[in-house]
Amino acid sequence: MSGFMDNIDWSEIGQATLDTLSMLGGSMALTVVLGLPLGVILFLTGKGQMLQNRVANGVLSLVINILRSVPFVILLIVMIPLTVALVGTSLGVAGAIPPLVAGAAPFFARLVETALREVDKGVIEASFAMGAKRRQVVLGALLPEAMPGLIAAATVTAIALVSYTAMAGVVGAGGLGDLAIRFGYQRFQTDVMVVTVVLLLVLVQALQMVGDAVVRRVSHR
Amino acid sequence: MITFQDVSKTYAGGGAKDDGRAALSGVDLSVAPGEVFGVIGASGAGKSTLIRLINGLEKPSGGKVVVDGDDVAALGVEGLRSLRRRVGMIFQHFNLLSSKTVAGNVAFPLKLAGKPDAEVKARTAELLARVGLSDFANKYPAQLSGGQKQRVGIARALATGPKVLLCDEATSALDPETTEQILELISNLNRELGLTIVLITHEMDVVRRVCDRVAVLEGGRVVESGPVEQVFLHPASATARRFVTEAEGEPGEGAVVGGRVVRLTFKGEATYKPILGAVARETGVDYSILGGRIHRLRETPYGQLTLSLTGGDVEAAIRRFQADGVRVDLVGEAGR
Repeated sequence: MSGFMDNIDWSEIGQATLDTLSMLGGSMALTVVLGLPLGVILFLTGKGQMLQNRVANGVLSLVINILRSVPFVILLIVMIPLTVALVGTSLGVAGAIPPLVAGAAPFFARLVETALREVDKGVIEASFAMGAKRRQVVLGALLPEAMPGLIAAATVTAIALVSYTAMAGVVGAGGLGDLAIRFGYQRFQTDVMVVTVVLLLVLVQALQMVGDAVVRRVSHR
Repeated sequence: MITFQDVSKTYAGGGAKDDGRAALSGVDLSVAPGEVFGVIGASGAGKSTLIRLINGLEKPSGGKVVVDGDDVAALGVEGLRSLRRRVGMIFQHFNLLSSKTVAGNVAFPLKLAGKPDAEVKARTAELLARVGLSDFANKYPAQLSGGQKQRVGIARALATGPKVLLCDEATSALDPETTEQILELISNLNRELGLTIVLITHEMDVVRRVCDRVAVLEGGRVVESGPVEQVFLHPASATARRFVTEAEGEPGEGAVVGGRVVRLTFKGEATYKPILGAVARETGVDYSILGGRIHRLRETPYGQLTLSLTGGDVEAAIRRFQADGVRVDLVGEAGR
């Protein structure tokens, strides 16, 4: 008779956890690096903003909407040639990062735009009235004022990335979600399923708590 | 210091303010150095557009705005930044950066101007002392009262040593007591630093307390302008009369009496002379007081009384008042 935890290979679980964390870390860093400037440009080219440009804003908005409307599983597969060209493989943690970034960066860019819209226009006007250049207004006033919203946006994005990493198993990326599907679901090893899901839950919970704590720290409203 | 020559402004491009009408048209104004100049108008009269033309936050559609020798519309990016360091601005809703401390807010314009850290620190401390907020340097704006926030706004506006201070409804979000304190601070800055001040407001009381001259704005046009004393005591336009009435109430409104109704305006020392009794004794007129007010215009006391004069020699009484330096306006002939 086999016990409930008999199927669990803790070293495999450990490796999967590590894979999930490195996919999350790598893709989150690149998502911020790409998504933040995109979101800022999206905001600044918007109507009534300092770099108002209907064409640029329209094109950028369309590209973001296209990437956001493709289901992530499909994105994983159609991106394989591009992924190989970028990182030399479409497998493993490295192979998962380009599609993860392509899925999350547009999402993050939208959240950044929304967070920037929340900034009091009077503060922006006051900065100009003090003799600030555009760059100084963006870096010295707009982004610091939006910081609580930006941190909250990053938290939501990181949590969305956790569920994307689970799907990345489809292209052989490894990680906890992959384990849950291959052992827990396909081999009916319920215990593996439970352990991986609990670990994912702990990860999501930890991200949310850290995110909320940082928001409280940077918010002086 | 500031001149407006036939300035007009029309908003175009489908923005929120684009209602097909001009925000300003044919505005001519001139503000002398060291003067406190008020612009009063109802909301939508074009006040905020007018004040934003001075530091180039808005560009005129026609005419010319010259500030401290510079044609604002002709300035390049660097010229405009230099002008904005010579023209400070404070706002109705303070517009402080919530992410920076009080000291950080005051230091912000200095950092924008690329001043060295040591200078920024010294100047910030000096400015906070000036507005009485030295103990609040490390607090955040959210921890301050409205009056304290506006003091931070003032310190920030003064950071780059401007010659001009623009006040955009600076006291409209404050309670009466705090308004009084902020207006006093603004008056002191004008006196002690020789700062030229342009303030826009919808409250005649603000104009009465601090301004030297005032322009009355209605529908984007200046309908009346002159020394506060003149506009306040003898408003010529309907708009100016309405603002004065709002602030003071109509003297003698609704009274039904006989006799000749006159309005006497006393200024300066005459305000306190026991003149009514003397005139009544000498000329034999009787008077009933229909309304009156005694106040100060900046430092000058003034009084305005609306009287109904009956019996005796009314003409002689009027001449006697005038001889004592009291202005007499005939309001009406009651009872006819």
